[in-house]
Amino acid sequence: MTATGEQILRGQYKEGFHDDIKAVHKVPKGLKHEVVDYMCDVKAEPDWMRAFRHRSLDLFTRQELPAWLPGLRDEIDYNDITYYISPVDKPANRWEDVPEEIRRTYDKLGIAKEEQKLLGGLGAQIDSEMAYHNIQESLTKQGVVFLSCDDGLKQYPEIFREHFAKVIPPEDNKFAALNSAFWSGGSFVYIPKGVKCDIPLSVYFRINAEQFGQFERTLIIVEDDAFCHYVEGCSAPIYTTNSLHAAVVEIFVKKHARCRYTTIQNWSTDVYNLVTKRSFVDSRGVMEWVDGNLGSKRTVKYPSCYMIGEGAHGEILSLASADKGMWQDAGAKLVFYAPNCTGRINSKSISGHGGRASYRGLVQVNPQAENCRVQVNCDALILDERSRTDTYPTMEVDGDLATVEHEASVSNVSEEQLFYLMSRGVKKEDAVSMIVNGFIEPIVKELPMEFAVEINRLINLQMEGSVG
Amino acid sequence: MADTFEIQELHVNIDDKPILKGVNLVVRKGEVHALMGPNGSGKSTLANAIMGHPKYTVTSGRILMAGENILEMDTDERARKGLFLAFQYPCEVPGVRMSNFLRLACNARAGHDLDVMEFYSKLEEKMKLLDIDEKFMKRYLNEGFSGGEKKRNEILQMMMLEPKFAVMDETDSGLDIDALKVVSRGVNELRGPDLGILIITHYERILRYINPDFVHILVDGKIVKSGGPDLAAHLEEHGYDWITKEADPVEPTRGKS
Repeated sequence: MTATGEQILRGQYKEGFHDDIKAVHKVPKGLKHEVVDYMCDVKAEPDWMRAFRHRSLDLFTRQELPAWLPGLRDEIDYNDITYYISPVDKPANRWEDVPEEIRRTYDKLGIAKEEQKLLGGLGAQIDSEMAYHNIQESLTKQGVVFLSCDDGLKQYPEIFREHFAKVIPPEDNKFAALNSAFWSGGSFVYIPKGVKCDIPLSVYFRINAEQFGQFERTLIIVEDDAFCHYVEGCSAPIYTTNSLHAAVVEIFVKKHARCRYTTIQNWSTDVYNLVTKRSFVDSRGVMEWVDGNLGSKRTVKYPSCYMIGEGAHGEILSLASADKGMWQDAGAKLVFYAPNCTGRINSKSISGHGGRASYRGLVQVNPQAENCRVQVNCDALILDERSRTDTYPTMEVDGDLATVEHEASVSNVSEEQLFYLMSRGVKKEDAVSMIVNGFIEPIVKELPMEFAVEINRLINLQMEGSVG
Repeated sequence: MADTFEIQELHVNIDDKPILKGVNLVVRKGEVHALMGPNGSGKSTLANAIMGHPKYTVTSGRILMAGENILEMDTDERARKGLFLAFQYPCEVPGVRMSNFLRLACNARAGHDLDVMEFYSKLEEKMKLLDIDEKFMKRYLNEGFSGGEKKRNEILQMMMLEPKFAVMDETDSGLDIDALKVVSRGVNELRGPDLGILIITHYERILRYINPDFVHILVDGKIVKSGGPDLAAHLEEHGYDWITKEADPVEPTRGKS
């Protein structure tokens, strides 16, 4: 909290404000089967979903946290969290129809402006529900579906059921089970065969309530030869208590299709961000995760590509910036089940003011996955002696003829670099930010322009005064 | 006053070890001085101390640029006032594009944002003079540059920043003859009544292309001899032995500068 407290005083975390927004639905705190029933009733869900949720809640209670994930059991009191708060009954598809108090929040965040920038579609979730969801008519005409996940279940029950929880079942991990029990909101995206959705579909997630858990669920299906770029951002107010964000994102990239999923995570430093993101990539499909983690108290997230068809390609660009009071436990997974696939992981992390950044990665080449090539680069930049960086790479290679390259580096902002830049008249602060921005450049150049500018701004703010 | 760069009784330590032991030197605008000396005499220490490298501690003395004691200024301020150091080993800064870096540096030196078109047309002209390919600007600062490219980049920066006084630290080291000619062409182009230059070098070679007005010899942290261009030729012929003997017959200097 202290870091953000300072940031607020200095006006830095500009998303840290809180608005009074009246809840239409709010449940009592705690992990309760009654809450599940309440949600199913409010959402008028089919029986199979109700059963799925109850089973998932039991799984969550039974499941242990993995030993390599320290702290999370004792740090979070799961019974002191509200699992469903909804400020709206259903998402509006005209901005004017969004309740005024919520619109005001999004205006402050600049989301309404986003809409004008010709996105393919825009969604805005506040707490448990989508307040707004809209898509350009030209895309609808081509059969592109972009809905809240709840509406996806209602309007496309068959496609939904065929794909839902197939990439990430509730048994996968404790937080996937928690999401499966209380999921609400998120997006359902369907790109029909051969449709190239060139303009990004964008969603903004906002937590407004206190001691709250946001469990959005996103399901993206990109049919054969289709393309889609999905972009998400997020933020939350500053409280003295903790909140929880445990999302699940499942993506199907079918034959020769391509999907790019870009995240700029900027939660306040009282949010635990425990997210499971995974995609199945079929023959010659391409999946690209661009994952920027700039906020949260603790992030545990390893976007994954499972190569299930021959010649698939998976790529993860991961950028993490750990400021005071943050632990970015980020990374990536590439799992190969088919021959002649390729994969690349490029991870860059910065830690400053005592923050901690970890890279945790898995490269698994199964016996049937012959002739696969994998390249992993992870670079860490540490700005001061109080900060920390760790690398936990795991490689399990059983496929024949696999080529796996792994390179890692740790560096500081060197005295020589600073001296060199300053000898050209550049002020010290500017020199530090040039070096830091230079370090992340290979990833930032992959981002949409507005995001790149925003990332540079946020990182410069975080790193201010961190090199002594 | 406004036209001089004056080093007065400069003493500099590295880790409490005295390296410079009372250096005195005056460079006027329009003049080119060469500072020569054997390895370990303190040449690079002088260059770094002038620019304000944090590893080098000035224990006494003054350096006056246009009458102002620059030792009281941070490195970046010295640069903005018109001091320039061409590095012996220019450092790599990954991810920072040449063009962005040069613009930021030129804006800092000018004290305001320069007209973009003017900036680029000047840059193009200087790059042509130094035989630098235009792709250069898209590359990251010194990253993966060859030795010759790095040195040419130093001269390019010097031309773009238009300093009042420039120190060139062993710019000739590691250059083949063609690269040396190109670099010298740049320096000679810059030479004029508004710029004072101090060339630090071990060898006389570069001075065949950039004729100095004065030559000084640094031995064991002190300037032991000053003279005209013929002094450099004499050194080339006879080496440093005679001068070190003359300066300190008992203890020849050792160590790295």
